[in-house]
Amino acid sequence: MSVKAWLGGVLLGCVAAQGAWALDVQRWVSPQGATVLLVEAHANPILDVRVDFDAGSRRDPQGKEGLAGMTAGLLDAGSPGWDEERLRKEQADIAAEIGTFADQESAGIRVRTLTRPALQQRALALANRLLTAPLFPQKVLDRERASAIEGLEQALNNGGSVAARALGRQMYGHHPYGNDDWQDASSLRRISREDLLAFWRARYQAQGAVVAIVGDIDKAGAQRVVDSLLQGLPKGGAAAWRDVPVVPESAGRIEHIAHPGAQTHIALGASILRREDPDYYALVVGNYVLGGGGFDSRLMEEVRAKRGLTYGVSSHFIPLEQAGPFALSLSTRNDQAASALKVVRQTLANFVEQGPTEAELKQAKDNILGGFPLRYDSNAKLLSYLSVMGIYSLPDTYLDDYQKAVAELTVVQVRDAWRRRIHPDKLALVTAGATPAAP
Amino acid sequence: MSYWAEPSVNKKILLIAAACGAVFSLGATAAPQEQTLANGFKIVVERDTRSPVVVSQLWYRIGSVDEVNGHTGLSHLLEHMMFKGTPTVPDGEYSRRIAQAGGKENAFTSRDYTVYFQQLAAKHLPLAMKLEADRMRNLSFSDDAFRRELEVVKEERRWRTDDKPTGVLFEALYANAFMANPVRYPVIGWMDDLDHTKPDDARQWYRQWYAPNNATLVVVGDVEPQAVFAEAQKQFGGLPAVALPERRPQQEPEQKGIRRVSVKAPSRLGFVAMAWQAPRLSRIDLADPYGYFMLAEVLSGDSAGRLPRTLVREQSIAQSASANYDALGRGGALFTIIASRAADKTDTALEAAIRAQVARIAKDGIGEQELERVRLQMDAERIYQRDSMFAQAMEIGTLESVGFSWRDQDTMRQRLRAVTPAEVQKAAAALIDDRLTVVTLTPQPVSRDTQNDIKGESFVR
Repeated sequence: MSVKAWLGGVLLGCVAAQGAWALDVQRWVSPQGATVLLVEAHANPILDVRVDFDAGSRRDPQGKEGLAGMTAGLLDAGSPGWDEERLRKEQADIAAEIGTFADQESAGIRVRTLTRPALQQRALALANRLLTAPLFPQKVLDRERASAIEGLEQALNNGGSVAARALGRQMYGHHPYGNDDWQDASSLRRISREDLLAFWRARYQAQGAVVAIVGDIDKAGAQRVVDSLLQGLPKGGAAAWRDVPVVPESAGRIEHIAHPGAQTHIALGASILRREDPDYYALVVGNYVLGGGGFDSRLMEEVRAKRGLTYGVSSHFIPLEQAGPFALSLSTRNDQAASALKVVRQTLANFVEQGPTEAELKQAKDNILGGFPLRYDSNAKLLSYLSVMGIYSLPDTYLDDYQKAVAELTVVQVRDAWRRRIHPDKLALVTAGATPAAP
Repeated sequence: MSYWAEPSVNKKILLIAAACGAVFSLGATAAPQEQTLANGFKIVVERDTRSPVVVSQLWYRIGSVDEVNGHTGLSHLLEHMMFKGTPTVPDGEYSRRIAQAGGKENAFTSRDYTVYFQQLAAKHLPLAMKLEADRMRNLSFSDDAFRRELEVVKEERRWRTDDKPTGVLFEALYANAFMANPVRYPVIGWMDDLDHTKPDDARQWYRQWYAPNNATLVVVGDVEPQAVFAEAQKQFGGLPAVALPERRPQQEPEQKGIRRVSVKAPSRLGFVAMAWQAPRLSRIDLADPYGYFMLAEVLSGDSAGRLPRTLVREQSIAQSASANYDALGRGGALFTIIASRAADKTDTALEAAIRAQVARIAKDGIGEQELERVRLQMDAERIYQRDSMFAQAMEIGTLESVGFSWRDQDTMRQRLRAVTPAEVQKAAAALIDDRLTVVTLTPQPVSRDTQNDIKGESFVR
């Protein structure tokens, strides 16, 4: 589902900074042409590595949506002399955690291993084997395709997934950011073994890859890790990370999908936020007040705390290379969907019209800046931030810049940005449930 | 207020974690220290200086296994009400103050415990402790606030259980695998019980169970243990101990034969769940539970495990298959195998395939190398877990809340490491039909129909 695919992007909206606890990020370009970002963390004898390629679902060919995900997912389906069972057994035998992933903007592999030399070497060798020698055996492809089709159908058994998918189609149409939401049985059936091999050859290349490393290792050791991982990958042309078409503007529609169940799922949204958007901070910090701040947000107060209409309601931005989504979602008992939607719309309209109060903006800043160290208090969390910094070529001063920008925001700036950029009456609206909630 | 944790999800990771002591030296983390105040309030602190933050978890030993029929879901509902204010901290103010300090907070309820937590900069730990001490004895909510929050919980139930096939399946599994033991109740409660819950039920439940002598505070982070103990004495030391109600054992009578149940739900996939009553780890020196635990690991502890290899990849009879052993609860324990069925196969064939895997181990045993792999994974998992302060606190809190001490983790590790192939074989042989409940979920088709306002057009509202 696209929501999951955007997870890599969610982190981007969350990076803030606190000068008192600076990170020592080492960054260089490896002889293979990959960008490497390293933070040494010597407290635990573990190593976390993540390699990102420009091979996310935005690169799916139209009509073969799901190709990026199938390629990443089948890297471990077999390689010369190693069938899938041997690959899995090797991973289990060395107690490593190795997984491939495909998000919207990137795809690749994550490795977590103990730094005991024998185990670490085998983990890196295994990851290298997956990246450089996949065979995509037809038998495994057929099995996993059938499984993916069933899995997709099962996900669409859930009203929340149905609504999110319809929202994605409205926001993006056939722009590459909509690919996840067009993936279906027929697009998956069109994918052949040759497609997988061609996509892998074209997209899994050392030049332009981003390697993030956190763990009990120094810079020389980290370069050896990169050598082990990328050895044998074609160098190829540099990845075109920034090459994404502009998202066409479109006004949203009201759409209802009849769906069984006790609840109606409601989703509203529009494509809004680029990474380099001049309104970035005003929109993201404002969203804390509207629906990003959990129990501290206006939406939770109005819809849940005051009226008991839902278990959860939230709004979020996902900044991408081109306009990423602004989305708002909730679920509620079928017979009160219309009244819940009315409260949501009124809350959103009020916020866009009036902006946050001085007190609300201060609260948002206090939470974002004061809670900054929590955002990377483990190697696993830190790893994702490093990948993001590499993929989007964020400067080393990025974390400080972020902190300053948040601290300097004014109520007028936030209100102005929301008025210009968010048009409540033009958002796409999807309801999935018993009866239409909107007129 | 918030998220209710399906307890069986955490348990497996937890016992692995709990069971594997530190094999490697761990520079930034010191062994936990504990102190118990005169009123019975226990504090366990683990110092971890990797970053300037802290996790604070307050564990109450109260969950759905303490509930009675007609009043199910009360512990979880009370968890929601705990955010509704005290005379000095009005409704909504708790969340606002933690957020203002840059913190995150939430809570969850399981069958065995209710946990309130904060994650924040280490210097703000006293704020979190002060707010927790206040609401341990001073909770005060209006009938109106109760009625609104009850509606939130009912929405949670619809979202979490009623509209999810696996939610329906798990509820039916526990409700049928036990007749007398209260582990059969859903943590979130039956809808009809929720409909009839009164504000005074929650108030009474609060007065009865929320007391310093029924709670443990677990703190992990960049803090000095002695300073935390001193702060705990200041904030919690003056709260009175309460005479706790008797908890009766409610032992499940011996099962007299196989139970078969079927449920229907809108779903694409069908499911087969097989659950055998199994001994729980009621004392650390019981032998059998360790064998069951290693059996679950051999079956599906990793993707090379027997169930995913045979049922999913070799036979393509299941979409997914996993074994779980719920050893650490205060209520009855189950050894469970759950599989989602491939569309072109039958429940009967899937059940037979699951049985064949268990029977094979009961007959032929397992190889020593299969166990050695699990042992190394447990050792590694223990180290990996050190990366997450939250996971470290979870492990300590769980052991303390189900009748063990955080100190027992080393002993558990040694006992798990010592399990032999013969003991795993014995556990497999003990999975007999007389202790078995089988629940099948028969999928009902989902028909969908899209109504657009105006075909292909947009309009402004």
